[in-house]
Amino acid sequence: MTWTWLIGAVLFLVLAPVIGGLVAGIDRKITARMQGRVGPPLLQPFYDVGKLFEKESVVVTTAQNFYVLAYLIFIALSGALFFAGGDLLLIIFAFTLAHVFLVLGAYAVHSPYSHIGAERELIQLMAYEPMIILAAVGLYMVTNSFYVADIAVSTIPAILYLPGVFLGFVTILTIKLRKSPFDISTSHHAHQEIVKGITTEFSGSTLAQVEIAHWYENVFLLGFVFLFFSWNPVIGVIAVVVTYLAEIFVDNVTARVRWQAALKSGWFAAVLGIVNLAVLAYILGYMMTGGV
Amino acid sequence: MQTLLFLILFPILVACLLLFVKRTTVRYAVVALSALAIGGGSIYLLVRYALEGAVYFAAPSEAASLVMVAIEMGLALFIVYMGAKFRNYLAIALAAIQAALVVYLEGTFSGSLHAVNNLFIDQLSIIMALIIGIIGSLIAVYAVRYMETYHHHHPEVRDRQKMFFFVIFVFLAAMFGLVFSNNLMWLFFFWEITTISSFLLIGYSETEEATRNAFRALVMNLLGGVAFVVAIIILVATEATSGGIDLAQVLASGDTAIVLIPAVLIGFAGITKAALMPFSSWLLGAMVAPTPVSALLHSSTMVKAGVYILVRFSPVFAGTFAGFSIGLVGAVTFVVASAIAISQSNAKLVLAYSTIANLGLIAACAGVGTYMLVWAAILLIIFHAVAKALLFLGTGAIEHRIGSRDIEDMEGLIVRMPRMAVMMFIGIAGMFLAPFGMLISKWAAIEAFVQVPFGLVFIAILAYGSAVTVFFWAKWMGKLVAVTRHQEKVEKGFFEEPWAPLYIITGLVIAAVLLFPVISSILIEPYVLAIYGVTALMAQANVAIMLLMMTLLLILPVSFLLFRRSAKSLPAYMGGRTATPDLHFAGSLGLTREAQTRNYYLTEYFGEAKLFLPGAVVCTVLILASWVLAGVAL
Repeated sequence: MTWTWLIGAVLFLVLAPVIGGLVAGIDRKITARMQGRVGPPLLQPFYDVGKLFEKESVVVTTAQNFYVLAYLIFIALSGALFFAGGDLLLIIFAFTLAHVFLVLGAYAVHSPYSHIGAERELIQLMAYEPMIILAAVGLYMVTNSFYVADIAVSTIPAILYLPGVFLGFVTILTIKLRKSPFDISTSHHAHQEIVKGITTEFSGSTLAQVEIAHWYENVFLLGFVFLFFSWNPVIGVIAVVVTYLAEIFVDNVTARVRWQAALKSGWFAAVLGIVNLAVLAYILGYMMTGGV
Repeated sequence: MQTLLFLILFPILVACLLLFVKRTTVRYAVVALSALAIGGGSIYLLVRYALEGAVYFAAPSEAASLVMVAIEMGLALFIVYMGAKFRNYLAIALAAIQAALVVYLEGTFSGSLHAVNNLFIDQLSIIMALIIGIIGSLIAVYAVRYMETYHHHHPEVRDRQKMFFFVIFVFLAAMFGLVFSNNLMWLFFFWEITTISSFLLIGYSETEEATRNAFRALVMNLLGGVAFVVAIIILVATEATSGGIDLAQVLASGDTAIVLIPAVLIGFAGITKAALMPFSSWLLGAMVAPTPVSALLHSSTMVKAGVYILVRFSPVFAGTFAGFSIGLVGAVTFVVASAIAISQSNAKLVLAYSTIANLGLIAACAGVGTYMLVWAAILLIIFHAVAKALLFLGTGAIEHRIGSRDIEDMEGLIVRMPRMAVMMFIGIAGMFLAPFGMLISKWAAIEAFVQVPFGLVFIAILAYGSAVTVFFWAKWMGKLVAVTRHQEKVEKGFFEEPWAPLYIITGLVIAAVLLFPVISSILIEPYVLAIYGVTALMAQANVAIMLLMMTLLLILPVSFLLFRRSAKSLPAYMGGRTATPDLHFAGSLGLTREAQTRNYYLTEYFGEAKLFLPGAVVCTVLILASWVLAGVAL
């Protein structure tokens, strides 16, 4: 029994907020440039979150703090499991659990705006869940393991076998990163039409926790993207950067769609994934024969 | 063997005794004590036989078989009488066909109808016995007070509680008999008893709707019963190679092509009993019965008999196209029923659709039948029984307090009935969230289907199915936890049912997660190992992680103490026009208006009208395909 897995988990727990915050800072800078603005300083997300922690603690109901804390903890846990090399399916389920807590927090406050946000968040969840499971299955078919530790060190260029799965995954990544056109439950943009959606009633340190959870989540998702390219770490890092830049681009050139379109897009992405897997299994003869 | 006979005969004894008990307090005492005895008996069974593998018992056959045939004929006459009374000729016809087939069987093959071993016990039977003995009898205890309140609320319904509790205990006895029988004739006898019992219970209120739905359940289950007898006739006719009516020999028969046809027919009986599509309507119709009946039908009896028989025969299905086809019936049922559940706001209907969906998933595992899938299927049976019993009983108790079973009316239950809301919360979590039971099984199913040829179609169905599952459960949960303002607690009422059964079952939902590695290693793995020679088990690391998650979930509520004092409380944001904290806002013309929140039901996409017919058609085709494929294999 080696303890290297623990290092990955601890590194994630410590570094992910830093990296996530920096990514958010770069994101805002690039977005600003795309819109012809100068944009905030690189470290602005940290200043924002720091300021939130200094705010007076105001709640609609104390229960909301509990749900948001649980959300943060389980997001951090699923990310830590990921970087510890754990079982992808278990990680995905822990991830779902985390989001259910966020949704419950929004329900608990019993407010019209966060209620709509909660419903929409659930629709998003329903939209991306099939594809994320299929992505895990796809990686399994190629590398013969559900464990991130095995997938990450596999020498097989997964992306060449899973282009459809990757495309589907990138589509739902837009949902997960809360970017247009799928930012229907809450958004970083000012043109949010349902006040602040799911986070309407969260403020102060609670809102800061939501933000930090989002950073954790983004780093975890970028790690997932990396898995498709992990046979060559250099290409992997480049791919992650390019993917994220593409997401920023899409975010800035598209308008928010209705929930129907978000749901259909997510489910269509999964169809793309299924077709890819079917080709892999039945035409290329990549039998789904894993270990015992 | 005494324990087995005790578990079959004792409930019948209690049933007869209850025919003469009129007062609720006495009935409560009798039922509670018998529940203790039955539950204790099934636990003793676990202690006694858990480590012994399959044990067979000769058990007296001649007299018992005669009595059974006599009772079967009596029941057939009863159905004919009821059918004539309510002009349901289809029921009469099916009962007549079935009786004729039984007579033909007895007349033609009388020499082959005695198995060497009539009774047996193995790990799967122990699991089923525990579910029936503990969950089933807890439901019976709950039912005593529930029925008292029920009649208070429904003065128009004739008080037939003596008959009601008689049937409940006969039902339990029949379920025990069903899972202990090695003689297929006996199994079929108990199978028919469960059919009649549910018919009587569903029709309890004697309204037109109840009678209609009771007959629907009867007809569909009789259809399965006919298939069952035909299967027995085929088995007996080919006794030399198929093993005749000895269940163990049939399952061990080398002539898989011969055995496959009766297996598919018995599987069809299982499909009707487990209310898979297109037969799901009987279980939905069964909702008219008092809630304990629903809890019983959905969690520990009836539908579980259907999936039990499918899991029993899954070694025969494994690797055959016919079995694959049955598995697909289950998978399609799973995704379609889950999707329809989104569009329902009646709590009992949501629960019913979720039951149908999960039975579908179990059937999918059993039909494809690899060792990992059988492992997953048995886990599903256990976790589903516990969580679903809790949810039904909880819904019944809530309905008595707030006067509604609509999920929208359960808004703010955490304020109005805090203890009940927490129990419902745990029950719902048990149905779909990690690290609770159902999710473990779903996960295992995904990992198992990956390794099956053409398993991709199941993976795809599971992926979509679990996504919609999250949606309909989470929005219900959300309603429960909404902290509404200015509402009274209604937890205590005039007619207060003791909630002891609810507390115990809630404890079981959590215990099932914590003890799941033990349950798996003592009962499920040895069973799978005995049949397949290999067994599935969950990786140690993953078990540890799940226990960690469970611990976190149990600890996290402590954080409430942290938040208690610190915060300043404000009303929810109402576009800057808040009037009072309970969602009233200052409207135009100086009027104060109330805002309400309603869940999404997406009827346009997931409505029953839209999805049921296609699902039923696909499943019917698949069932027919399973017959054809079994025939072709011959």
